[in-house]
Amino acid sequence: MSIVADTLLESRPDVLTDLDREAIEQGDVRTEEMLVNMGPQHPSTHGVLRIVLRTDGEMVLEAIPHIGYLHRCAEKIGENLAPYQYIPYTDRMDYLAGMNNNLAFALAVERLTGLEVSKRAQIIRVIFAELNRIASHLVSMGAYGLDMGAFTPFLYAFREREYILDLFESACGARLTYSYITIGGVTDDVPERFIDICREFLDYFEPKIAEYNNLLSYNHIFVKRTANVGVISAGDALAYGLTGPCLRGSGVKWDLRKVHPDCGYEEYEFDVPVGRGLKGTMGDCWDRYFVRICEMEQSVRILRQALRRLEGTPGEVRNKAGKTVKLPSDAVYYEIENPRGQLGFYVVGDGSTIPYRVKARGPSFCNLSITNAVVKDCLLADVPAIVGSIDVVMGEVDR
Amino acid sequence: MSQFTYPWVQQGERSFRGIAALIAALARGVYRVAAPILRRFPGPVFFAAVIGVCVVVWAYVIVTRFADGIAQSAANTAVVTSMRGALTLAEIQAWRPAATAVWPESMFSGGLGALAYVVWPLQFALVRDLIAMTGIIGFISLVPLYTIWWERKVAGRIQSRLGPMRVGGWHGWAQSPADGLKLICKEDFIPKEGDGPLFRLAPYLAFVPAICAFIALPFAGSYVFRDLDVALLFILSMLGIEVIGVIIAGWASNNKWSVYGAMREACQMVSYEIPMGMALLIPVMTVGSLRLMDLAEYQRGGFAEWLAWRNPWCFIAFFSYYVASLASCKRAPFDLPESESELVAGFHTEYSGFRWSLFFFAEYAAMFAVSGLAVILFLGGWYGPFPQSWAPTGSGVIAAMARGVLFDGPIIFILKGAFLLYVQIWIRWTLPRIRIDQVLYACVQVLLPLTMIVLLGNTIWVLFDRPAYPGFQSLARVISGGLTIIGLVLTLLILGFMAYGYIHRRRLVGWLAIEHLPGS
Repeated sequence: MSIVADTLLESRPDVLTDLDREAIEQGDVRTEEMLVNMGPQHPSTHGVLRIVLRTDGEMVLEAIPHIGYLHRCAEKIGENLAPYQYIPYTDRMDYLAGMNNNLAFALAVERLTGLEVSKRAQIIRVIFAELNRIASHLVSMGAYGLDMGAFTPFLYAFREREYILDLFESACGARLTYSYITIGGVTDDVPERFIDICREFLDYFEPKIAEYNNLLSYNHIFVKRTANVGVISAGDALAYGLTGPCLRGSGVKWDLRKVHPDCGYEEYEFDVPVGRGLKGTMGDCWDRYFVRICEMEQSVRILRQALRRLEGTPGEVRNKAGKTVKLPSDAVYYEIENPRGQLGFYVVGDGSTIPYRVKARGPSFCNLSITNAVVKDCLLADVPAIVGSIDVVMGEVDR
Repeated sequence: MSQFTYPWVQQGERSFRGIAALIAALARGVYRVAAPILRRFPGPVFFAAVIGVCVVVWAYVIVTRFADGIAQSAANTAVVTSMRGALTLAEIQAWRPAATAVWPESMFSGGLGALAYVVWPLQFALVRDLIAMTGIIGFISLVPLYTIWWERKVAGRIQSRLGPMRVGGWHGWAQSPADGLKLICKEDFIPKEGDGPLFRLAPYLAFVPAICAFIALPFAGSYVFRDLDVALLFILSMLGIEVIGVIIAGWASNNKWSVYGAMREACQMVSYEIPMGMALLIPVMTVGSLRLMDLAEYQRGGFAEWLAWRNPWCFIAFFSYYVASLASCKRAPFDLPESESELVAGFHTEYSGFRWSLFFFAEYAAMFAVSGLAVILFLGGWYGPFPQSWAPTGSGVIAAMARGVLFDGPIIFILKGAFLLYVQIWIRWTLPRIRIDQVLYACVQVLLPLTMIVLLGNTIWVLFDRPAYPGFQSLARVISGGLTIIGLVLTLLILGFMAYGYIHRRRLVGWLAIEHLPGS
């Protein structure tokens, strides 16, 4: 038998591996590995991610993510524009959480220049950041259901997201690329009745979370598909620099809103949900998914407090100096908690109004780096489950 | 709706040619006639269509019986010179029927005349079969069209949206025909590196068996194309052949995702086919026949007599059959061969246009076939929930209609089948998809042992459920009664939920959605 194996291995060394030798020696059928391109035009790679899978039948032996299909030189553009002009480009990085991106860049520049932001503007920033967190997690949850083959939660998620987009539209006129939070505050005060409508939405939205849990989170098939799949240990998560729900899903209680609060997050009362391995191992896909659901509940809590605070805080919302601010010859790196993790901007000034260097640290980009380690020896159907639970937005991975 | 024109009227300079022009003209004509009527009276049109189908079948049966009568009685009279072989036109025209209750002589006192031209071809079985086959193909073409439309409407309702609303006017009734027309007019694409002949063959291998299954599927007592003695085996084997089309399609596409889909289908088939067949053996064993007619006749005594609540084993077998039938139709949660989030579109990734639509025709026709099988085997076939002894016996139109709607007939069969179809749709839009190893686990390690136990249990049950064991018989009657009540409660619960959902559809969507979403 081993002669057969040797001849076969010699004749086709490019195709056969040592695994095959074992199979051939046992008199089994010869198996061939297959390279499959998953993406960039694949329905469940969330955009233009391309993963090259080395598969043996349904088993995935190796997965190598290839990125760069959506590269738009966002960082280089930052070196040619004033910070105020660069805000719209940050929208297009993580296009599901434009407000948070605006906020991260605005805070970095404000830190560099020492620009003052009024109390009211800070509260408005918190409100919009949290609303956008809910919207982003809704997309993530719905798309994750879609990856698992459940169509209906996606539509429910988008129905709720629609109201948030309406609120955004009423405030800044845009529904996806807001550029609302800007250097030195926000572009404009919230419209009349905004607080009432927002409260109305929160009253409507809060019971819906229980509905999602009944429909998807605790669904037996869904749990079977996601629990114990793609387990990331806390050590791995820290080693790969994961942040956001991916890190908290592995049980690490780390949220920048608690650790380094900005915009007055320290005054709000909220919990940091972490994965507890409720349905399987800690750090599996279900935990990462469920952390997002819990974060939506916490965001609602923060929003209720912020709305109450907004009512009692009159004043200006925009520091007019933000438009023509001069950047000192200094460098600053500032991170905030994005829905997907820590979004950081590194801004270097050279005394002019245009930064010398802008560098972004994207959470999706860093989180994606663990794909290689996690998607290993799993089934083909687990690949969308794992990639979906990491929840990457390719616009921000490629920038 | 006025700003919308006919979707298939080309606004630009492009025009249809050849057969496409004919089809387009036909579709336009049908649309122009049907749209205003349907927009005004959707409900009556629907019921008229259902009744019309029955009337056509009934008329067909009457005509063929009439032809039979002529052939038979003509053969017995001296007019016919050749005893064997076909009657000539002259013989038919010369035929004078003997005065019977069915054919009073006064009807044909002057001979058959021109009617002979109609009767003459009908004496050949081939002609009759061709006519019946046309009807069956027409019906099977309508089933997928309107199941797809219905599925989209139900999905819309479940997902708090509306589904198709534009094409045709009333709830987008023309959406599916319009889609079909679009698919026919699309480019016929065959991958260059693929296996051309197999690629062309595969859709037919999926479509033809799905239609063939309807050959043996009875819709009611006389509404069956061929009353086979082994109808159940025939339908099962036809549904099995459909899989080969899928596997060939995956292989011939020369696409790795398609091969994955094909392999999954193959592997899914070997796992569900056995529990499905074994679950079907249980009613067969209880009744003692593979003939679907016998199986349905056995349950003519009303709701309590339906085989699903006959004994606990049948009850379990019904549910395990239903689960396995979901897998056999590639329906969620077993839609792995075409799982779009994993395999792009699975085995039909490379298919487009008409060939692609054939796969969908096959899938929806098979969905109806397995639902129909479940209805005949477990849910009383074409008999209504009331015992046949309650049925009005008169020969009037009202009595006949009451019998047809409440007691016996294809309308009841189609309604029951549609209900099971609805459950399939409901499941699809609610549940996520399971993984291939979980499919194998569920089918081989759970369903298979379960059906084996059920088979064994039913064997013993049938052995003891005889007058020789009066004690066991009375126990069996009590258990059967209890299961009937469970079945009744289940049915009423589902119907109640459906009604509740429909009546409170606005409140269930939420007030914010109603104020917000256009048209909801």
